[in-house]
Amino acid sequence: MTDKEKLNPGIQVAPVETAQETHSRLNDAELEYSEGKILIARHVKKYFPLGKNWFKGPTQFVRAVDDVSFALERGKTLGIVGESGCGKTTLGRTLLRLNSITAGSVYFDGTDIATLTRKELRNLRPKIQIIFQDPYSSLSPRMPVGEIIGEAVREHGLVTKEKYHDYVVEVMKKCGLPSYYFDRYPHEFSGGQRQRICIARALALNPELVICDEPVSALDVSIQAQIINLLKDLQNQYGLTYVFISHDLSVVQYISDDVAVMYLGTVVETGKTEYIFRKPMHPYTEALLSAVPVPDPNVKMNRIILKGDIPSPVNPPAGCKFHTRCRKCMDICKSVPPILKDYGDGHKVACHLYSQE
Amino acid sequence: MKITDKIFQSKEKRLAQKKDRAKHYVSGKEIHDISKENLKITRALEKQANRKNVPEAEYLTKMHDPNNIVEFDDLHTYFFTDAGVVKAVDGASFDIPKKSIVGVVGESGCGKSVTSLSLMRLLQAPSGQIFSGEIRFNAKDGKAYNIAKMPRYAINQIRGKEMTMIFQEPMTSLNPVFRIGFQLDEVSFLHVPGITREGAKQKSIAMLKLVGMAMPENTYNQYPHELSGGMRQRVMIAMSLACDPRLIIADEPTTALDVTIQAQILDLLREIKTKIDGSIMLITHDLGVIAEMADYVVVMYAGRIIEKGTAHEIFENPLHPYTIGLERSKPKIQQKVDRLYTIPGTVPNPINMPDYCYFRDRCSKRCDRCDGKYPELRQVSPTHTVSCYLYDELADQYAKGKAGERK
Repeated sequence: MTDKEKLNPGIQVAPVETAQETHSRLNDAELEYSEGKILIARHVKKYFPLGKNWFKGPTQFVRAVDDVSFALERGKTLGIVGESGCGKTTLGRTLLRLNSITAGSVYFDGTDIATLTRKELRNLRPKIQIIFQDPYSSLSPRMPVGEIIGEAVREHGLVTKEKYHDYVVEVMKKCGLPSYYFDRYPHEFSGGQRQRICIARALALNPELVICDEPVSALDVSIQAQIINLLKDLQNQYGLTYVFISHDLSVVQYISDDVAVMYLGTVVETGKTEYIFRKPMHPYTEALLSAVPVPDPNVKMNRIILKGDIPSPVNPPAGCKFHTRCRKCMDICKSVPPILKDYGDGHKVACHLYSQE
Repeated sequence: MKITDKIFQSKEKRLAQKKDRAKHYVSGKEIHDISKENLKITRALEKQANRKNVPEAEYLTKMHDPNNIVEFDDLHTYFFTDAGVVKAVDGASFDIPKKSIVGVVGESGCGKSVTSLSLMRLLQAPSGQIFSGEIRFNAKDGKAYNIAKMPRYAINQIRGKEMTMIFQEPMTSLNPVFRIGFQLDEVSFLHVPGITREGAKQKSIAMLKLVGMAMPENTYNQYPHELSGGMRQRVMIAMSLACDPRLIIADEPTTALDVTIQAQILDLLREIKTKIDGSIMLITHDLGVIAEMADYVVVMYAGRIIEKGTAHEIFENPLHPYTIGLERSKPKIQQKVDRLYTIPGTVPNPINMPDYCYFRDRCSKRCDRCDGKYPELRQVSPTHTVSCYLYDELADQYAKGKAGERK
């Protein structure tokens, strides 16, 4: 029985192994566990079944995350960027195993999350936390702030009963919430304060890894800056590791050490932030960067405008998934999927433009 | 911890809470009185708006400058709520010149959307009312209307025909149970007298083609849910173009979209502006979008305009501390900063605004004069005005120079 069948009994997932998979299987040295690597994703896939047939099982799949691999060091921040519908949120949830993992494995501190039982997973939960995008819908309206933040602390038994109240208040203070907010309800707060509550809820458990799923996109510019500064301060103080998912490239550039650019479920370019923002190699990254409006009326950039929308992840285009919108599309792109290759100092690109040189 | 300590602590806490809440607390009797008072005002205003057969002379005015499409003149838009009067727009005056893009920036809750809704007369009645002030609109037929005084039936003739609006959320502004074609045709049926069904269809398809739809005939027969966010926003733009408007109000047209789609839509808006030869009032909180699109910028804070000028003036020489803070708090691509600048605190409570400068408590450059009354909007250059005591000298200098010229 293979891993895939073990995880999803009853669902037949039998995509043919592509050239990319074969290649990446041989190139796995970087994804081996070593000291300091807190999170390793190895060929993670998440397919959602579509169009179920009573006899055959699902006939189609939404390939939300399709073979994503990366390694993240302790205390660093990985930014994941891409358009909506490219699978960044699904990847975030899959790393936490809020979704089941269709194939591949996620190693947190050397243990494979994909194969853990419920009980084992529960013990691991305090170490990995998530901050959601919308602070208006991710807080229960019927719980006071202290309870929201402290619920998991009590549930996991992190502190004794006597110290519980002081502990929660201390966490609130860390995140810039005054102690008299303890008994208030979420509706009494503005968006920025709510996002602070969400951050406090995540930090109350002393996590090692925090997945931030667009934590600032629902907020105003001035509040955005406050929250980003808070996240950065907390990282410096407690040595947190972040996976920062966002579609706002300027925020990602500010906060991350490494960046992975996703398109239709696959990573098309990854590397250190400076490299990607200074010298983007993949045509998609170039287009993304040039689309960001600059607050200076004198700068008239040569916009690369991508035509059309992101294709459906149910039937992704053959070959390179980006070829339908790429302005540098060649014949080879339409048939052969490109391989994520290293072009020096960890700057990896999946594009035929460079592989031929 | 002893039980007595616990009780004592909780009592202390409760007292602190009580004190805190007392600031915003409104008793039942007060609510009753407030709503009674509000009802008097709103009923009178509603009666005014719902009249039939009003002589045109009552709402005709004259433009101060015939080169403007819209002139806001000391506009006050209030919301009469049970907790008190919310002055959402409190004395805004600015112009939208012909063939230009005017950008309105500010945080959420600063009144930028309400300004545009007042212009469209789409305020949530009966609580939302234009209390005083003028909005002069330069119509196609050469007449100038005072939108604030217009009765409902008269505004229906202009709205959707000469000024149109593109909303933020394209999914909620299209009706999910009707086809795109039906919703587009409706505009023509309402505003073009004697148009046939076939004629309306032709027009709608032409509009869809204009906004860059790949297969307009197909889209005509589709439902909104079948389209992606960017495509829906294109449909909204097509709908707003159906009657050759003079003014398009775009209320955060790209906030819900991706950067790549945002670039497409902004490009389209710019193209359309030259095609229809009209003006755009662009409302957004993204300074990048404003810098790229706008010719003139209006910065709003807590219902008032604090600074306005051309885009170059606002971005190269921002004066008001709020404008400077807004610009500095956004991380910029290709620019490394160690720490982002933040404006401390949040927008003050809209009920019972203080009489000193609304930004005083958050301002990093406040001086003793800021305790005085709200600073006036003063000119510092022919197009640049700012409302801050810091620039009184600059404004005095300018006024002196101007007076000297006249002599």
